[in-house]
Amino acid sequence: MTSTDISAPSPERTPPTTRSDDSPARGRRTGGRARRSRGPRTDLIHYLFLVPALLAFTGFVVVPAAQGIFYSFTDFVGFGEWKMLGLANYRTLFSDPSILSSYSFTLAFAVVTVILTQTIALALAIALTKRVRFVSGLRTIFVIPMVVSGIVVAYVFNYLFSNTIPALATALGIGPLEESILGNPDLAWLSIVIVTSWQTVPGALLIYTAGLTSIPDELYEASSLDGASAWKQLRAITLPLISGFVLINTILGVKGYLGAYDVIVGLTGGGPGTSTRSVAMSIFSGFTGGEYAYQMANATVFFVITVLISVVQLLVVRGRNLTLA
Amino acid sequence: MSTLDTAPSDTAPTDTARTGASPAGAAPTGSDRTGALRHRGGRVNWPLTILLAIAALTVIIPLYVTVMMSLKTPSQSADGNALSLPDPFDPSGFAEAWELTRFPVAFGVSVLVCLVTVTLTLLLSSLASYTIVRNWHRRFFRWSFVYLLAAMFLPFPVVALPQIKLTAQLGLDNPVGVAILHAMFQLSFSVLLYSAYLRSIPAELEESARIDGASTWQIFWRIILPLLGPMNATVGIFAFLASWNDFMLASLITSDPLLQTLPVVQNIFQSDFGTNYNVAFASYLMAMAPTVIVYLIAQRWVISGITQGAVKS
Repeated sequence: MTSTDISAPSPERTPPTTRSDDSPARGRRTGGRARRSRGPRTDLIHYLFLVPALLAFTGFVVVPAAQGIFYSFTDFVGFGEWKMLGLANYRTLFSDPSILSSYSFTLAFAVVTVILTQTIALALAIALTKRVRFVSGLRTIFVIPMVVSGIVVAYVFNYLFSNTIPALATALGIGPLEESILGNPDLAWLSIVIVTSWQTVPGALLIYTAGLTSIPDELYEASSLDGASAWKQLRAITLPLISGFVLINTILGVKGYLGAYDVIVGLTGGGPGTSTRSVAMSIFSGFTGGEYAYQMANATVFFVITVLISVVQLLVVRGRNLTLA
Repeated sequence: MSTLDTAPSDTAPTDTARTGASPAGAAPTGSDRTGALRHRGGRVNWPLTILLAIAALTVIIPLYVTVMMSLKTPSQSADGNALSLPDPFDPSGFAEAWELTRFPVAFGVSVLVCLVTVTLTLLLSSLASYTIVRNWHRRFFRWSFVYLLAAMFLPFPVVALPQIKLTAQLGLDNPVGVAILHAMFQLSFSVLLYSAYLRSIPAELEESARIDGASTWQIFWRIILPLLGPMNATVGIFAFLASWNDFMLASLITSDPLLQTLPVVQNIFQSDFGTNYNVAFASYLMAMAPTVIVYLIAQRWVISGITQGAVKS
């Protein structure tokens, strides 16, 4: 049923029968059409505009999510019979070293990457507001990484890390880099941080540029007359005024980094061993490994953690009463 | 003169406007949008320019390596020196990559997925946002807004396993299913962007059309959708980039390896040890080129679109 609704997103083409028994009911429940002096026909079409999106979203996202969460309390393997297990999957989860290590890797990776990315992006954005040449050309170049596919970029960097950098290091006599860092369980995560930052700096850079543009020039001119140094201006004017943009960048960044997958697949495939296995990678293993219910428990925990982190960040935004743009 | 320069093209104006204006000390009216860029007096900061140029190299080098590697002979591509120029030029890697990845098919699948994703995203979210904003006084519409927005907190890995099952059951374990799911994950963000923009369009605009007897559908199609122009571009660009570059969702949902998108088929160069690097890089280049070319041609819209989208969110 859901699929037929999807294939006809335009209300004009939707068969009126499926809708008409649906929409009036909603109309009644929400108090009818009393408050606007529009005819019943107009009202109905307003519901028709909204219902395709709601149905598609419910059918393809919400129902599967609910199903998955339900199965996390069972021993379902993806097909066939199943029985309720209660919280058994969750109990196993919290004592499973491979799961715990995927969480600690993913969280540490997200924190390091968000700090690195924001620092670079802010530095570049500020530098681009100074009296430098070729601003447009430089900005054009800096934005390119965000339009290319993460997996393909990761393959290119994979080659650079495993061939070019060791070759250069050998030629220059830099001992520690003569071996590919992708094969080193202690350093492989760095490659993922580097490539992810490479890809996500542009997005943050554009947001910071928008933020910096909104700061009135007069503030800098006045403080310059008062003899404020560039460093002082950065701390007293720039940073406080763009703190809202820092937060929005951090929220967007952390959310993206927690779901890291493409770049890791292209660089290390989760290795060496399982040293760079992200939560997303371990969840997907439930697809082939007969661990459907178990990995759905993992996905549910992951969901809760993602929501908690986002909510905390949003509360910080609200608590500081920050407004953007 | 500098004011004239500011208007037409995008790359030139910022520089010409600033360098042209500063000696006279007067700010040209046309360069208002470069406001923040002007606030330090004095002459060009060359040390900083050089530092930025070095930073730009970190972007250019991987792209340069990709182009150079793709034009080398198989033996030269294996010598480990990625930075060297091709000697001699050998574009045969492209022909081989074209065959190995079945480029026309993968490219066609990617285009199809993108088209369906962008169309679905634009239609579903503009319609939904319009009716939500215009009926904001009704609880049903307000709750629908919150409901759709809640998906922002639902990353794909959380719903991946049930969605793989669902699409398989519905016979949607193919590019169409991938596109539908792409559109679903764009929905929250697009509705957010559209509704923020729609709130700034006064309802009076529609009233006169309504008095003239236009139906709601006509009003939406003829008045609202054209007014949404800049947001359509923003939402479309986001949907296009997310859809074209996606690997995770497409690789998991599509069951037939022959119907994989362009980024997904690149994995054949990871498993196949017999393949030459020049072929692999030729293929990477062909996979990257479309978005980079679109970006370079339409960069003004891409940059302003992404900026608007990011700031609105």
